[in-house]
Amino acid sequence: MLEGSGFEDPVHDAQRSFRALLNVLSEPGTIATLPQIDAPSLPAAAAAIALTLTDRDAPAWLDPSFAAAAQWLRFFAGAPIVTDLREASFVFAPAASRPQLAALAQGDPAYPDRSATLVLTVAALSNDPGWRLSGPGINGTRDLSVKGIDLDFLADWHDNRARFPRGVDVLLVAGDRVAGLPRTVQIEPVHIGESACMSR
Amino acid sequence: MSSGYNFAYLDEPTKRMLRRSLLKAVAIPGYQVPFASREMPLPFGWGTGGIQVTAAILGRDDRLKVIDQGADDTTNAVSIRDFFAKTAGVATTLSTRDATVIQTRHRIPETPLQHGQIMVFQVPIPEPLRWLEPRETETRRMHAFADYGAMHLKLYEDVARYGRITTAYDYPVLVAGRYLMRPSPIPRFDNPKLDASPALMLFGAGREKRIYAVPPYTSVKSLDFEDHPFTIESWDRPCARCGAADSYLDEIITDDRGGRRFVCSDTDHCNQRLDAKEKAA
Repeated sequence: MLEGSGFEDPVHDAQRSFRALLNVLSEPGTIATLPQIDAPSLPAAAAAIALTLTDRDAPAWLDPSFAAAAQWLRFFAGAPIVTDLREASFVFAPAASRPQLAALAQGDPAYPDRSATLVLTVAALSNDPGWRLSGPGINGTRDLSVKGIDLDFLADWHDNRARFPRGVDVLLVAGDRVAGLPRTVQIEPVHIGESACMSR
Repeated sequence: MSSGYNFAYLDEPTKRMLRRSLLKAVAIPGYQVPFASREMPLPFGWGTGGIQVTAAILGRDDRLKVIDQGADDTTNAVSIRDFFAKTAGVATTLSTRDATVIQTRHRIPETPLQHGQIMVFQVPIPEPLRWLEPRETETRRMHAFADYGAMHLKLYEDVARYGRITTAYDYPVLVAGRYLMRPSPIPRFDNPKLDASPALMLFGAGREKRIYAVPPYTSVKSLDFEDHPFTIESWDRPCARCGAADSYLDEIITDDRGGRRFVCSDTDHCNQRLDAKEKAA
């Protein structure tokens, strides 16, 4: 018995979902809401991303905690599920057990687009102070607060930026909400008073 | 809207392929992402790259404007607008202000673009280094190492030979301080509108099978030299129709005795100015 469902309106839901992803990646730190999708073990927005972007030409890698989504993904997206991280175009993982960014496909210096997109599920997303983002797509700076992500992520991100133009792009997902971190974005932790120490 | 087509003509797997390329394009500003360009119901060279990008992004709620050399009423613009009215049933407009998606050949509108709008450029040759280096393997390597000395040399040779940079359109730009990019054959006049624009800029080259992008609020710098700074075209007379002194003008030959007049290339801008004048009078 197959669990879950696909887009209610495949053509227009995929379009709406794509435009939201285009927005969050071209304006890093903005938060969009994706169509509600019922998929076993995957949060709604991660499932919507899978249906919008994966297919037989774009293989996916699923964290063991999302193993229940494998059959759903094969049926509704037709995407091959790979076991080698480096072969995946889209990597789905919860922040708690996320792979190192360097373990994913980085692209080639001549073809940096042949790199993975990491869909990372976190506890909550908001535009409260937490991280201060800057770079292409941002007029000045933009605040993004990400709950439930490890402190090592920022060091990992710093290394990812250093590999530019190679590197991984990240979509942060909480429930049906999504924010984008294209490889160009700079992230600085915001220190609120002295209590919230972000140093490692 | 005619039946028998998928929404916006392209099939869904093709749109997904285009959408994946578009997302990588915005993540690496100015870098040319290869894509599997499809045959379209019009020949390569007629805007097939732009049409495929528009088809991949267009939704039911969009309002589409199409311009060709600034004009809404030329063959290419009318055909592409009708194509999407027919295959997607989307609303179309001639107004820059009202449009959510603007597909363009060779101009950026004079009316300042707004946040949330998307420009789609039709691109004939995406590779800025192509006339300097014909091998794709080599131009890929040059981009990988940001080895753009050859382009500076070309501009320098202009200065040495003519005393100024003579490139009038498709003037090379550096995007976000990293990738050299062809802005498509827009006049030099439009280059400053690319810099830190609030609108998202997408570029599609159908024959050459490349997509690239400039996100909003991204630095786009026209190459130049300290002692030969980048300049835009200017005219010694205003538009003969609306009197605009700050828009890009087309030369119109009016007879065979050397008669000519200069009018705005952006028809929407010119008409709006005329309407405003009539209302005021």
